[in-house]
Amino acid sequence: MLIGLFNNWIVVILMMIGLYIVIAHGNLIKKIVGLTLFQTSVFIFYISMAKVVGGTAPILADDIIQYSNPLPHALILTAIVVGIATIALALSLVIRIKAAYGSIEEEEIQRQDNQIQADKKERKQA
Amino acid sequence: MISHLPVLQVIVPLMAAPICLIFKRAQLVWLFSLLVSGLTFLISILLLQQVMTSGVLSYELGGWQAPWGIEYRIDKLNAFLLLIISAISTIVLFAAQTSIEKEIDKNKHTLFYVLYLLSLTGMLGIVATGDAFNVFVFLEISSLSSYALIAMGKNKRALWASYQYLIMGTIGATFILIGVGLMYQMTGTLNMQDLSQRLPEVAQTRTVFTAFAFVIVGVCLKLALFPLHHWLPNAYAYAPSIVTAFFAATATKVAIYLLIRLTFSVFGLSFSFTTIPLQSLFMALGLIGIFIASISAIYQNNIKHLFAYSSIAQIGYMIVGFSISTVTGLTATLLHVFNHALMKCAIFLALAAVMYRLDDVQLNNFHGLGRQMPLTMAAIVVAGLSLIGMPLTVGFVSKWYLLSALLEQGWWPVAVLILLAAILTVVYLWRIIEVAYFKQPLVDNAAVKEAPILFLVPIWTLTIANIYFGIDTRLSVQVAQAAAQSLFGLTP
Repeated sequence: MLIGLFNNWIVVILMMIGLYIVIAHGNLIKKIVGLTLFQTSVFIFYISMAKVVGGTAPILADDIIQYSNPLPHALILTAIVVGIATIALALSLVIRIKAAYGSIEEEEIQRQDNQIQADKKERKQA
Repeated sequence: MISHLPVLQVIVPLMAAPICLIFKRAQLVWLFSLLVSGLTFLISILLLQQVMTSGVLSYELGGWQAPWGIEYRIDKLNAFLLLIISAISTIVLFAAQTSIEKEIDKNKHTLFYVLYLLSLTGMLGIVATGDAFNVFVFLEISSLSSYALIAMGKNKRALWASYQYLIMGTIGATFILIGVGLMYQMTGTLNMQDLSQRLPEVAQTRTVFTAFAFVIVGVCLKLALFPLHHWLPNAYAYAPSIVTAFFAATATKVAIYLLIRLTFSVFGLSFSFTTIPLQSLFMALGLIGIFIASISAIYQNNIKHLFAYSSIAQIGYMIVGFSISTVTGLTATLLHVFNHALMKCAIFLALAAVMYRLDDVQLNNFHGLGRQMPLTMAAIVVAGLSLIGMPLTVGFVSKWYLLSALLEQGWWPVAVLILLAAILTVVYLWRIIEVAYFKQPLVDNAAVKEAPILFLVPIWTLTIANIYFGIDTRLSVQVAQAAAQSLFGLTP
């Protein structure tokens, strides 16, 4: 039972590590690393779902009767492309954030945002 | 040609997006995008007509038969949503060029339209498709382009808002992906129609429960249901004004559609509402969302923030209607999807006009604006009255259906709470009206004039629509009712 679901265990462990990094870390790059890990775990989940015991690669040939399900492979190829686009966009946002705020730490960014608000209030009172 | 309409609806803006890059001048790109968006609007009208007269349209992509190939399936519900999205997109585009000249750097104008059309493609695609994995792909197309659009905002906080939305949105989309994977594992199909037939056989397994949980949480992240709404206020407040007007009226509506489609069509009514206690859960979250978001709105000084919170509250109304799970309740939700798009789009376009003249939408910028920009402010007031639910506006129609659905079930305490929440809406609107009409204009703003005509036309088209559909309710109610009935399987 435990060994048979080995892949699923790995998927869940990776997924939780990824999600934890996204939530717990304040560094924007580390968050993206966590997000990537989280997405990758789902890719493994789809790929292991497609495995058929005793099946080979899904290539049409005369002497092959049993092969793995090719559909999840095709699906996950799409999802990988989407994942790459997401990460590229996230990284480029981080570059812009670094240029605008001078930092990629969540705390520092929030401190600066609150600072602006506090300044505005002071000006209004004055 | 006519038989290809379901796919053309999505393909036209998708193909048009890269073509935008050929044009050098922003004005030309604007006219081209307007044309493309108008074309999708025309297609959606034709689709709705066809669906209302002759029933469900099914389109097989590339000629591959349904459970194997990807199917686009247009029924009354999709056709209604397609109409809303394409209509709003076209109306918003009228004001786009004038607005972005002030808010976005000149060299990014062409890219703005590319992203706008891609985002439109994604939303239309989510609604049109009948394939669960295709939903994920279109969801990511619309999300990725919307992250980039939000990051185009002038304020540097737009970047931070976009990043936060990206993290939340990606987690949401990946949750949906996991759910779809689990469903595929149990049934071996991705076609929604096929799923709805095969899921009941395996409904009592833990895998299906898990799939349901993942998919619903993912969708709720996207539709900003309380308590998953934290990404929304900043994203709406710091995005370019025109983007806010477009998203406030369409993005969350698409997520509502997805929620309805998944719970009613794919998992089925008895699984979603009997096996799983979705009713009490959504009722509670919807009501808490209405109150918390309305109270937060009262304390906002940035008016875009204020109406972003108000949007979260309005989503609460839709969720309450949805959780009643009767034909009237669902009709109320669908009507509110339509009506809220009209009101919020008018309000956010009016705010875009204020932004154009004053460069900011803080509450103190509104001092005396009732006299300086009378038409723009009047539109905010009319759309605001509609938000409260005054008779003769669309807001009244959807509130009426929501209340009658609640009273049908005998849940009058909930009905009382809904009416109380309207008072909170009055409070936050009054803050704007008081400043705009009863205060003297600021000295710095003495030269402010009425908004340009390209703003006034779309704003007043929507405002008049707010009143027109509040009086002549035949079209909206008839379609919403027919869609709700077909989801309950009462009519084919």
